[in-house]
Amino acid sequence: MSEPGRNCEAPGCENPATVHLTQVVDNKSSVHYLCAPCAEAKGISPMAPSNVDVSDFMFQLGETTPSPQESARDPCTFCGLTFDNFKESGRLGCPHCYTSFEASLRRLLNRIHGATRHVGKVYLPPDPAGADLSRRLDGLRRRLQRAVEVEDFERAAVLRDQILEIEPAGKR
Amino acid sequence: MSNFDVIPDFGLSWLNASGPCADIVLSTRVRLARNLQGYPYVAKARASDREAVFNAVRRAARASKLAGAGACILMSNLDPHARRILLERRLVSSDLVGEGRPGPHEAAAVVTVPDEPISIMVNEEDHMRLQSLASGLCIGEAWSLVDRLDEAMGRDLPLAFHPEFGYLTSCPTNTGTGLRASVLVHLPGLVLTKEIDKVLQGLAHMGLTYRGLYGEGSDVEGNFFQISNQTTLGKSEEDLVEHLTRMVETVIQKETQARQILMRDAGPSTENLIWRAYGLLRYARLLTYKDLMELLSGVRLGVSLKLLPGPPVYTLNRMMVFSQAAHLDQAARRELSRPERQAHRAGYVRRVLSHENEPPTSGPGG
Repeated sequence: MSEPGRNCEAPGCENPATVHLTQVVDNKSSVHYLCAPCAEAKGISPMAPSNVDVSDFMFQLGETTPSPQESARDPCTFCGLTFDNFKESGRLGCPHCYTSFEASLRRLLNRIHGATRHVGKVYLPPDPAGADLSRRLDGLRRRLQRAVEVEDFERAAVLRDQILEIEPAGKR
Repeated sequence: MSNFDVIPDFGLSWLNASGPCADIVLSTRVRLARNLQGYPYVAKARASDREAVFNAVRRAARASKLAGAGACILMSNLDPHARRILLERRLVSSDLVGEGRPGPHEAAAVVTVPDEPISIMVNEEDHMRLQSLASGLCIGEAWSLVDRLDEAMGRDLPLAFHPEFGYLTSCPTNTGTGLRASVLVHLPGLVLTKEIDKVLQGLAHMGLTYRGLYGEGSDVEGNFFQISNQTTLGKSEEDLVEHLTRMVETVIQKETQARQILMRDAGPSTENLIWRAYGLLRYARLLTYKDLMELLSGVRLGVSLKLLPGPPVYTLNRMMVFSQAAHLDQAARRELSRPERQAHRAGYVRRVLSHENEPPTSGPGG
């Protein structure tokens, strides 16, 4: 962790840097050199690195700030949860929270999963609109192609039946 | 004390050691988190919201071919002891039974499905947790079953789904597919050869994580590691399942190699460890659950390496479940004190082992 010959980069501090910190934010990494007291003041403890699990969800959440257009105190219009409430509990209040805090959640989802776009099963509501059906069909075709690629023919047959169930007869 | 006749196989089919690689892989679980549109998640829900969610799920389950004949058990209709039994059988989560709270949430329930190892937890952290729990390494099969259940429930229920984010869940760690697949593996070889940290770090690099026997927050006991996917968004369900299967197969291979190394380089001390574990289980008068799990781990290793002629893996699995607190209380027909439980646990284990064929008095090398 120590970097010989470097001084702490904290403003006004000239102690030798003993903490070498690599941070990855929004897929960009940056390196910082600090002395132990300055690192501690920033909440970084060189004595117990294992206590900070960067993959930990609450840690990721703590690092997430609401986007400028979403205030930490503006509640979700459906359930009344604020982003501050969410940061405390780690749990959203209702499905509509994903719309109320969309920009902040997109960043958080990217931190947690390394992605924001769902590429799995596409849900077909009981009363589907045209757009629901075409999304569902796209999803099923994508999964069918993958099942054939990996030679999972049992699954391919299930997916093919699901496609036939909703595909307009003329397109078959 | 409650009667669990309504639960298929009393919820114990995952113990039966019938699945692939059952000596190393105890069980596979695949669960999908699903929520209904128009209702707050459980933490924000009023009692009337939870009731409405429960009624909608029950109606949809009854209307489906797959779950139509299933039983619907409300947690509030069970006494705390019965809830604990379901928890010890891993059919419900500690959140559903209200561990650490005065009791379960209103309308928290479990719907079981006859003839299939699948069930639905209702009003847990999410409105529905569709899950399959089966013996051995069978992630693909468990996923197919849960997928069928999801299709059946989704046909009737308006689920919360976002065109970009996928299935919306109470915790963003589950958003997207809502799928968590986990496999409970027994890795004493990797622990004894001190290779385990390297393997666990490798898994973390591959997007997988591990927990103890009872999921999030539980400790690893008896060298049982629950390995699962860490992310749920950006990959299809099939890709998540395939990736986990491949990684667990690699872990099994490494465990098998570690066992061969142990026998090659430390045969006498490994044999000693196994026989001591057997001897302690066979004759101890007091056992904590932690002790029991450690000793069972040694015996399980011995059976798997054929250094011990028995008991069968199924019996070892049963001992893990039936020597937990609520199961011991159930057998004693009263609530035992902590020291009493240790004595009852040791007594139960002695009885089970004495009913099995008595192993020879010396090991293959002795």
